[in-house]
Amino acid sequence: MSQNARISRVWKCGRCFLAALESTRWAARGKRCAKRNQQGSEPVDFIAIFSIFILACFVGYFVVWSVTPALHTPLMSVTNAISSVIIVGALIASAAAGSASSKWLGLAAVVMASINIFGGFAVTSRMLAMYKKKGR
Amino acid sequence: MDIQAILSAATGGHGAVNPYAAIAYLVSGILFILALRGLSSPATAQNGNRFGMIGMAIAVVTTMLTHTPVGADGLLDTISLVEILVAIGIGAVIGIVMARKIAMTAMPQLVAAFHSLVGLAAVAVAAAAYLNPGAFGIADAAGQIHTVSRVEMGLGIAIGAITFSGSVIAFLKLNGNMSGSPIMLPGRHVINLGTLAAIVALTAWFTQDQSPWVFWTITGLSFLIGFLLIIPIGGADMPVVVSMLNSYSGWAAAAMGFTLGNTAMIITGALVGSSGAILSYIMCRAMNRSFISVIAGGFGADAAAGDGGSKEQRPWKPGSADDAAFLMSQAENVIIVPGYGMAVAQAQHALREMGDLLKKEGVNVKYAIHPVAGRMPGHMNVLLAEANVPYDEVFELEDINGEFAQCDVAFVIGANDVTNPSAKTDKTSPIYGMPVLDVEKAKTVLFVKRSMGGVGYAGVDNDVFYMDQTMMLLGDAKKMADDIVKALNGGGH
Repeated sequence: MSQNARISRVWKCGRCFLAALESTRWAARGKRCAKRNQQGSEPVDFIAIFSIFILACFVGYFVVWSVTPALHTPLMSVTNAISSVIIVGALIASAAAGSASSKWLGLAAVVMASINIFGGFAVTSRMLAMYKKKGR
Repeated sequence: MDIQAILSAATGGHGAVNPYAAIAYLVSGILFILALRGLSSPATAQNGNRFGMIGMAIAVVTTMLTHTPVGADGLLDTISLVEILVAIGIGAVIGIVMARKIAMTAMPQLVAAFHSLVGLAAVAVAAAAYLNPGAFGIADAAGQIHTVSRVEMGLGIAIGAITFSGSVIAFLKLNGNMSGSPIMLPGRHVINLGTLAAIVALTAWFTQDQSPWVFWTITGLSFLIGFLLIIPIGGADMPVVVSMLNSYSGWAAAAMGFTLGNTAMIITGALVGSSGAILSYIMCRAMNRSFISVIAGGFGADAAAGDGGSKEQRPWKPGSADDAAFLMSQAENVIIVPGYGMAVAQAQHALREMGDLLKKEGVNVKYAIHPVAGRMPGHMNVLLAEANVPYDEVFELEDINGEFAQCDVAFVIGANDVTNPSAKTDKTSPIYGMPVLDVEKAKTVLFVKRSMGGVGYAGVDNDVFYMDQTMMLLGDAKKMADDIVKALNGGGH
């Protein structure tokens, strides 16, 4: 690796780390705002969450550019698996009382999301196990 | 024992954010970042994947603890809990069986299928939140959903539905259940823009009026637009489409994260959204196509028909497996250029065996991969890895293109457009400007191809076929590779 590439990589790592730190600070503030939200200060809550989102986009940008092109397919399957974190919403819906149709929609979403979670992580790990170095 | 009391103490009351839960979600979000970070090298990737699994486990367990189903009597609602666990179990079995069975050539279809599930799950969650907003803490006492939540919900359901129907079409095209050629509806741009405008207008309406018809019309129109957006896109552009849908599935998760105020979902959504967007950009750049023109669709519809009649008969040199074996065993440097045709013929194992035999003869063997060599980003790398080709012998276009001038033999198998020099010289060529592998600079080019008649995806003739140093090896890629292996085994000793 050339000196330049190495410096830019270190720089990228630093940027990711800072951005991650930043997002935790924002997250803490977001939580405080969320509490306030119970008393009805909705826009502040939204801005805090929106900030986490924007910063996470930057983290995503730097992290994804540092992924080696050889691993772009596993990248897609693992992002697939983690985007199924939507299961959180599905679990909330299926645990809540009050609306039967909401509950069944939730349970259906739990099934779909968990197909993705288990399938996505399993197929990623199956693929990654194939990547071997010379000499074995 | 009153579980309700304990839980509401732990969660800080119904609907409010429990600080411990919020931190747990943040931790899982950070673990997801580390999961992607691990992919910067094959050596750290497995660890990254484990981080991802831990992050997901933390998110699921946290949610199940803070939102344990509680019956009217305040006790744990065992039936609901069992139902949830059964639902997770069913998903786990289906998912793991699919992941074990799928052939690596079929990865793009699997990923498209998984995207469609994320999309549908997002739609189901948004619908559940609409039907029971109290459970999600997004409504006031009168059952009116907060205005901001309505916008987020509208976005979530629209993106989720587009992801679902778009991915289903992408799956059918990739899986061959539907023709890969673009389906062009008359006035499709007007229809598409009109539908999009209607979705935006209805979402605005939804902030004023939360009646069911508005919600379900947004849902229906979004399913429709996903379908309409993908049918005019041709098979050659599928790598971009799959990446784009990957991005959408992320944005759908992020939109739901906004609704629920959940950090893990927002971080994940942003990560996946940017990941898909970057991959689409990389794929577009590799084909020298603009994102807009891919979305507009129609590529590959008429190119094949236009060139057919005017093609002149130019002389080309045929060769046999024995010739190829001899040439390569005498060479010092051989660069193998695999394309998707190699994967279709299932020739990767024979190809790797050929590479191993050449290495035994002291030949320096490398593999050159064009970004769009497979059907999705990085697909060819996975196929070679599956055939036990060490990843440090496999090089990307920018890293290896300079080496063709020093190489004795360029062995092209199942690739065509990505080696076409007219992309560099002929301004009228449909692939002009696309970065290509400079195989024509090699001393000898061995080009494995089924027949002289066919053309590549883009429907253009390749000058490499007719050059003096090119030898055409006509036949099935797997049979040709097998025959070369036989010749190397027999002839060398």
